[in-house]
Parts: sequence; C-alpha cells; structure tokens
Amino acid sequence: MAVTSSFGSHIGGGFSAMEILAALYSVANIRSMEDNARDRVIISKGHCVLAYYTALWKKGFLAEEDLESFEKDGTSFYGHAARNLSKGIEFSGGSLGLGISFATGVARACKDKGLDNRVFVLAGDGELDEGMVWESLMSASNMKLNNLTVIVDRNNYQVDGLTEDVMALSSLEDKFTSFGFDAVTVDGHSLSELTEAFGRKSDKPVAIIANTVKAHGISFLENNKLSHHCLLTRKKYEQAVKEIKAEYGLE
Amino acid sequence: MDWSKFNIKLMSMAGQGGSAFGMALMEIAQSRSDFRVLSADMSTPAGLDKFKATYPERFINVGIAEQNLIGTAAGLASEGIRPICVAQSCFLSMRSFEQIRQYAGYMNFPLIIVGIASGLSLQYFGNTHFAVEDLALMRMVPSLAVVSPCDSLEAAKALDAAMSYDGPVYIRLFGGPGVPSVYGQDYDFSIGRAIRLREGNDVEILATGSMVKTAMGAAQLLESNGVQASVVNMHTIKPLDTGAINLERKILVTMEEHRNFGGLGGAVSEFLGGMAKHPPLLRIGFGDGNIKVGSYACMLQEAGLSAEGVAEAILGKLK
Repeated sequence: MAVTSSFGSHIGGGFSAMEILAALYSVANIRSMEDNARDRVIISKGHCVLAYYTALWKKGFLAEEDLESFEKDGTSFYGHAARNLSKGIEFSGGSLGLGISFATGVARACKDKGLDNRVFVLAGDGELDEGMVWESLMSASNMKLNNLTVIVDRNNYQVDGLTEDVMALSSLEDKFTSFGFDAVTVDGHSLSELTEAFGRKSDKPVAIIANTVKAHGISFLENNKLSHHCLLTRKKYEQAVKEIKAEYGLE
Repeated sequence: MDWSKFNIKLMSMAGQGGSAFGMALMEIAQSRSDFRVLSADMSTPAGLDKFKATYPERFINVGIAEQNLIGTAAGLASEGIRPICVAQSCFLSMRSFEQIRQYAGYMNFPLIIVGIASGLSLQYFGNTHFAVEDLALMRMVPSLAVVSPCDSLEAAKALDAAMSYDGPVYIRLFGGPGVPSVYGQDYDFSIGRAIRLREGNDVEILATGSMVKTAMGAAQLLESNGVQASVVNMHTIKPLDTGAINLERKILVTMEEHRNFGGLGGAVSEFLGGMAKHPPLLRIGFGDGNIKVGSYACMLQEAGLSAEGVAEAILGKLK
C-alpha cells in the first residue's frame, strides 16, 4: 500500500502502531462482526491504516484485492478507514480526537445491553491535544465504564515535530490516572507486554500508554517528522522491506 | 400519539423547550425504552428533571461538553439505541458542528438533536447565547432533517415524529414559559410536509418556528388593509416542502427568528433561483451584524419581526 499509492500514506503513524494492532487483534474476541457480543475495536487515529488494513486482512475481514485497491479511484479503502461492518471497521476515523467519545457511547450501550464484552479504542498521542478527548475521559470514569480500554500510540510525534516541543503532553500516565483511569505504560513494540496489558481487568476504565517509535523499523524514516505522510519510492520501499525483515527475522 | 386539549394548554403554559418537550418525553417513554436522553448540563432548563427522576437509567448527563454529547450519542446510536441529545441551540449547533457533521452526516446515525432556547430566547444573556445561525449550519449537514416547530404542541409532535424518522433530525425549540399556541387541537404532522394555515391570493407568507404565530397576526393586519395573505407553517426547513409553495402570488415572504440568509429565506431563495419565473421574495429575519441586546419583544420589534413590522414591510414591498 505504501508504495502503490501515488498520493502517499501515513507511514510514521502506521508503523508505530503495527505491533499494537497485531496484539489487539490477537486478544480481541471477534468471531464475527454479526455477533452482538463481540469486542469492539475502534480506531480513533484513523490514519494508521497501513497497520489497520493489514490487521483486518490478516484476520480475514479484508481481501487481498481490498488492499490492492488502496487509494485507487472508486476504492472503499483510503487514507482514513470508513465504517464498514462487513469489513470489520466499526468507526470512520480521520478527524482527530473523536474516537474516545464515540467509544464511551459504545461502552455505555454495551453495558446497558448487559453484554460482557470489551471496547478498545486506539488513539494517537498527538490527537490528545484536542479538548474533546478530555471531555470524554472525564465522562468515561463518570459513567464507570470499566469495559473500556483506551490505548495511546505514544510515538512522540505530531505533524510539526515532537509532541513535547509542539504541545507538551508530559506524563500521560499521570493525566489518565487523575481522570479516573487505571493507567499503565508498556513497550508498544513488545507483543508480550501489549498482550498482557490488553488483558488487564479493572473496576475503572483502563488506559494503556504504549511507548512506540514513529515509522518503527524503517531506519531512514524513524523519528523523522516527515514520515507523518510521505511517498515511498520503489527503491526506498525495497530498502525498508529488507530492514524490517532483518529486524523481525523474516525470510 | 394523541394529545388532549388539556395537555395542549398545559404544554403551552410550560413553553416549548422549558417543559412541553419533557412532557412529550414522558409520554413517549411509556411506549418505548429503546432510547436514551443525553444532556449537556441542561436537564433542568429543558424540563427533563421528571424524566431523569422517573427513568434514571435512560438519562445521561455529560456535563457542559456539547462535543462529547454528540460523540457519546453516536456511540449509543451505533449500538441501536436512539439518542436524544439536548443542549442550548447556539452551543449545540456551533460547538459540536463537526461532531454533528461526522455522526449525523458522514456516518448517518439517527441522532435526534434538540436545541433549546433558540433565536433570541435568552434575551439579556446577549449575543453569545443567541442562536440565529443554527438553521444555516444544520442545513449543511448531509441528510440531517431540520425542524423548527411553531408552538409547544408542535414541539411535542416533532419529537414524536423524529423518534420514527428514518434518519437524523435537528429540532429547534424556542422560548421560555407561556408560548402562544398556533394550534388549539391535535392535527397531522409529518417531517418534510408544510402546513397551510391560511389562504389569501395576494401574498404567500412562509413562516417557521416562533414566526408562524406572528405571521398569522401580520396576515390579519394586512386583511384590514385590503391585502389577502396566505400563511404556510414551514416547520421543516430541510427537506424543504417546495411543492407547498404557491408561486401564483404578487410576492413571497419568508419569516424566521434567524438571520435572513442561510435558513428558511436562504432555502427558499435557492429553490426560486431554479425557476424561470417567480414572484419577488421578501426575506424577513435578522440581517448581518450583532443584535442590540434588549428584551425579547423589543429585539424582535427592532428587527421588524413583529406582526406590525412584517405587515408594514409587506405593504412597502407591494407598492
């Protein structure tokens, strides 16, 4: 997808969230999208589609031709995923800061329906600048939504640079804790740490701050603000694939 | 749902957004439970306290947070629970405009969005609290029906209709207690179908919300001046019932407690723009610029939104 799109893609925020989505889809209980008791996975950071579409494809929700249609005319699969239950997509992402609020409504509805499921929402760290996020965090603990897990892809970057330079977030664990969450920080590239954290049960809503590296695994884009949305030439793509294969010990 | 004369009188005394709406909710709650009422710290002003006390499990207060109000409502709607979101019209339509576009428009969830205290209802609170742009904003949201009821009974009927409407609905309520009734008895109401209240061959007055009653007064004044005016209750701004507009008149007039562009006047202008021939249109409402604060009656009069002011403007246009 990153190389076939001529428009470019959100490489940085896709690759920072790769393990998060892999672990999330291994933990989340989604046998079928028609199962009302399924866990809900809501992607607030809608631009992580390189990881998200890949996870949905691995889970069998997306077909190979869906991936191949990425950012082609007439496609349903573009830079921000759009709600499409038959394809496993619960939420139309894109506008930052919206997803957690939506997830609180979903979590409340699931509780009201007497379901014993869980609602996961993945947010980026940059989008936490949005005021509405904090409205919804207050509301989540006020409604005692212990079926809700907020995951933050803490890759430390937003469009203009480091979050701590643009709008300092400082300790997210402290912030979430003070908003009534059971908050924990993990290595966002460790599948075992992520998997354990996603299984966390609490009497409060849970927040998982996953420390990640923007454009993780691609040396020439890692921790580079230009990786936020960029084009990959065929040559650069081949180099990236080589590096990722080496890092993960793939053939 | 049937409304007795007793209830109609009671609701009129209570006012549209003050309590008629709460009374209607109590009625609706008796026959269905597949909905939630969400409020942004507006339970008491919107007359919802009785509902909240009777059905605490169906009521969610998100605090003074209109954006999260709509976001939470959308989450509920995605799970098949119909949300009724209540806040002041000005903040609901402006602070959470993007959320409304996202969830009612883009994701097409059937939200029922109820704005209370629209227009100049909040009087001495001043321009921060006036909602005179909400119709324009809400009209821009794809597939969102925009309804502006003319009295307390119509507010109740609009809510009832919205509960079974196939799509999201914005309902604009106005005023405090003591809203003058347009309708003394129950009648047929459906979203998107305008209601002709009076027939007259010279002038076609299309009025919405609080201005319907004023239009009836203006029509009477015109009659004493030998001018025959029709009055149509355009309670739905979108979809606009263009088929209800009679173009065989000397002039057309729109009346709204809103800016005279972007709302009903704007919608009618857009419709007329596509016609090869049509009578001239007089758009009555607030112009551009801030509104000089005063009592409700004084501000309406200053803007020419009294029966006398409207009649005078129409007579001037007919000359």
